[in-house]
Amino acid sequence: MTRALRLWIAVGWVGVLILPWYAIDSSFWYFDWYLKYDGDNAPTAHQIFAQGRWYLAPPVLALIAAMPALFMHRDSRRLSRLLVAAGIAGMALMLAEGAAIDHRGWSWAWLQALMGGEGPKQPGMGYGALVLAAAFLMLMCQGLAALGWCRGDAFIVSAVALVVALVGVFVFFPVFEVLLSALQDDKGNVALVVFFEKFLDHSVWGLDCLNSSLRCGVAWNTVFLAVVVGAGSTLFGLAFALIATRTDFPFKGLLRVMSVLPIITPPFVIGLAMILLFGRSGVVTGFLNEWLDIPRSRWIYGLQGVAIAQLLAFTPIAFLVLIGVVQGVSPSLEEASLTLRAKGWKTFNTVTLPLIRPGLANAFLLGFVESMADFGNPLVLAGNYEVLATKIFFAVVGASHDQGRAAVLAIILLGFTLVAFYAQQMWLGKKSYTTVTGKGDAGLAVPLPSGLRWLCYAAVIPFALLTAAMYVTILLSSFWKTVGRDYSLTFEHYLTGFKVEWGERGLYFGGSAWNSFWTTIEISAISAPLTAAIGLLTAYLLARQKFAGQRAFEFCTMLSFAIPGTVIGVSYILAFNVPPIELTGTGVILVICFVFRNMPVGVRSGIATLSQIDKSLDEASLTLGAKSFTTVRRVVLPLLRPAIVSSLVYSFVRAMTAVSAVIFLVSAQYNMSTAYIVGRVEAGEYGLAIAYSNVLILVMLSAILLIQFLVGERRLGRRQPQQAMVVVQAGG
Amino acid sequence: MAKSASSVEFRNVSKRYGAVAAVNDVSFTIEPGTLVTLLGPSGCGKTTTLRLIAGLEMASEGQILIGGRDVTRLSAAERDVSMVFQSYALFPHMTVLENVAYGPTVSGVPKAKAHEMAREKLHVVGLKGFDARLPSELSGGQQQRVAVARALVLEPQVLLFDEPLSNLDAKLRRRVREDIRDLQRTLNLTVAYVTHDQQEALAVSDRVIVMANSVIAQTGAPRELYEQPASLFVSDFIGDANIVEAALGQHQGDTAPVSIGKVEKRLKHRGVKPGKVKVAIRPESLLLMGSRPNAPALEGRVAKAAYLGTHMEYTVATELGEVFVVDRAVDRPLKPGVEVFLGLGDHGITVVPD
Repeated sequence: MTRALRLWIAVGWVGVLILPWYAIDSSFWYFDWYLKYDGDNAPTAHQIFAQGRWYLAPPVLALIAAMPALFMHRDSRRLSRLLVAAGIAGMALMLAEGAAIDHRGWSWAWLQALMGGEGPKQPGMGYGALVLAAAFLMLMCQGLAALGWCRGDAFIVSAVALVVALVGVFVFFPVFEVLLSALQDDKGNVALVVFFEKFLDHSVWGLDCLNSSLRCGVAWNTVFLAVVVGAGSTLFGLAFALIATRTDFPFKGLLRVMSVLPIITPPFVIGLAMILLFGRSGVVTGFLNEWLDIPRSRWIYGLQGVAIAQLLAFTPIAFLVLIGVVQGVSPSLEEASLTLRAKGWKTFNTVTLPLIRPGLANAFLLGFVESMADFGNPLVLAGNYEVLATKIFFAVVGASHDQGRAAVLAIILLGFTLVAFYAQQMWLGKKSYTTVTGKGDAGLAVPLPSGLRWLCYAAVIPFALLTAAMYVTILLSSFWKTVGRDYSLTFEHYLTGFKVEWGERGLYFGGSAWNSFWTTIEISAISAPLTAAIGLLTAYLLARQKFAGQRAFEFCTMLSFAIPGTVIGVSYILAFNVPPIELTGTGVILVICFVFRNMPVGVRSGIATLSQIDKSLDEASLTLGAKSFTTVRRVVLPLLRPAIVSSLVYSFVRAMTAVSAVIFLVSAQYNMSTAYIVGRVEAGEYGLAIAYSNVLILVMLSAILLIQFLVGERRLGRRQPQQAMVVVQAGG
Repeated sequence: MAKSASSVEFRNVSKRYGAVAAVNDVSFTIEPGTLVTLLGPSGCGKTTTLRLIAGLEMASEGQILIGGRDVTRLSAAERDVSMVFQSYALFPHMTVLENVAYGPTVSGVPKAKAHEMAREKLHVVGLKGFDARLPSELSGGQQQRVAVARALVLEPQVLLFDEPLSNLDAKLRRRVREDIRDLQRTLNLTVAYVTHDQQEALAVSDRVIVMANSVIAQTGAPRELYEQPASLFVSDFIGDANIVEAALGQHQGDTAPVSIGKVEKRLKHRGVKPGKVKVAIRPESLLLMGSRPNAPALEGRVAKAAYLGTHMEYTVATELGEVFVVDRAVDRPLKPGVEVFLGLGDHGITVVPD
């Protein structure tokens, strides 16, 4: 009998006796569920006894069964076994009850036949159910800890169980629902024939483009685009990385700016800028038409347009990966090669390149996955060139409204990205040639051989100019009346979106964008701390604790990174549209979506920071009598401050730029900026779309600059070239 | 100290990581109020043993008792043991005073009282007036004293040191070593101390536990280990030793005649049966002579010579193989190639059971 145990049993009773069992329509904090203490608003105890909802009783019985624990000795094994049994039974009964009855009655045909009639109906679970489930989970953890799991540390057991439960419900359950929905026909029966028909459909796997003028299947289109973009962004990224680290290029500051841009640019903005520059009525197209008589065309729509837009969008990501890898090559290795009479090219080929090869593979896979998951650019630019991400979207929202087909396509897309993710984890995980050691490396980076240097410049300078042109276009076109026709300057677009007036009741946000803007800020601001919390907790469990199944745990938590946003969107619709968990149309589903999509960011930054903190600090705290929770609070958290700040800001920013998953989940009440902008683009209101994008970029840029200012950049214990020059001068 | 010192006892303790045993069936007792060193080459299991005492590792098998109480299943936070870490592990975000007061603070002692306890221990280790400094503003030696004060503040039953001298420069080591020993004696502490430096172990300990390959090679007082090594490993690890082949004669009481080359010596037979045996000869027990003595001696030729200020070190090729000799006569150095004779001293020669 411990304090934690008493607390969780009490929490369980709060869920049973006080909180409304089912989801309520209005906000919790209005407390009108308490005033209307009947019907679906009542706590489960009232539902069972006053309303005859007997099927809610079994979980409560499990809680009652756990009560004898209050009178047992804290070290007895019977106590631990009772807690584990009651916790598991409680959760299982809740699960069974929730799955058995939905908003239409009995969920399963055999249950209908057995019980007769269509049976009782119930809405989705609410706060009471949530609290009771949490109590069961924690009671189970208390029991497991007492049985010696995780060295008997209840905090660690609880943390692991919490993360597993959350990832299970909000990542695995939806993906499972997609699989299920793909295997079922419209009536909900398992229909493998239908599945294979859809799966092997000619429109998916057809290879007509090889020997005729017809188009290939959407799966091949997607893979081809992804390979082109992966390879291209890796090569350009390498060129940028080499220039940034191995030359005395005078504008290196600009490269840093470029590396920040993709983080703060909503993914479709590049595509939009492409249209404004090269579209039929684009700036460049118009110029060429007027001065060189080149006819206006729609060449930008299709594979080439999407590929260029994605290259522009994802090369900075490859650059960020590769600059770390190139910097990580210890200069003393190259110096060793040079002293062994290998000339510049030879050293680059035989030492540098092999050492960065895993980094190249990593960058390629990242570009590959990003291209596959990208939704915004294909939506804007693909024209008749179909890719999976957009095809899934149109299968759900389009005229066909075929969720089964969307699910099948989602499985194919998920299959591709999971293979890439698996390759990255398994193959590259074992092959990291990290050559930065703890000791300061005295060597100086070897300059590039001149041929290679010029090649890099030839790749990078046009690329950088194009990028610059894009962003100038994005900035300017928000002030042009109509791109292609009327270049007179105007604030009209900003006023449409963001007009603020003095009305009768003070400030009145009249602009059409304000609604979605505030929603976006609110949802992002709510999800950021949650993302950081669960991400860092997971990082702590991975980096600082040892428990059975840790590898599997790590793989599961990183998995949501590999699931394309479109798939997440579809899966959330399929999983959370009906009881037992009914969330669509709420703000909660957006928050949850962001938390679990962005959690790996927090995990990575947490692990990176923790690996720099000596583990004996934790151990010192433990030997001084602090339990692991106290150690986390007083030692680990204060030292993790940089990781906390950065994961807060990054999850905030990523929530603001997300579009692929969000576009499925927004509702009239909770509309997000990106979804709103995509709507404007589809309606042809480019001016407003671009103006809105600029506002978003500005907001996010401020956030990024704040973090750069607060955290600063990582330093390697290595001599800077300038210092070396001073030494040479002093010596000479 | 309010509490009296406690003993530490290991009963057949093993620690396995998968199939690999880091500590294999180890039993020993540390008497209350003594300083015991865990000595051995890296990877021998000594640090794991220390962490098992602290509760930072959990034993796979066996029993651990502290002060007669079974603590095998207790976590580090629940054991009355403190540790001084190799890296000192001072919390970088806390001042010196906050670091030392951490233990009492997290166990619920009011802040004022905790700070008072911390100041008292800082005084004990001779660090007054550093309260408000951050660890990064202290020298290595000072950081270590803060770490010791922090470990002492809860007046633990047992204090553990993990290679406490390894991050200090050579000059400071002797002093810190003596400080630790003084502290242990005045406060009557039970201390377990891990090191890989045999000189340090001999200088500081009441008893030494030599470990090799996850098991205990020998336990004993420093003098015992040096003069009566239980195995070839211990004779070679504790100090330098020339291991040579010899012939052991019939036992007479607890001694027996031993023929080492042409020289015969009467040594303790230590239970070894007559026949071929291994004998360990300390380098200072080989007496170097330039001309043939009257008594029998080993013959040889100087192969290498090195001058080390206080003494000369020679490698001499003899019929028993190359031997390593230390000679105090630095003013009469011998050149390589010179013929020499080696007599055997009365101490530092022992039959090694194997």
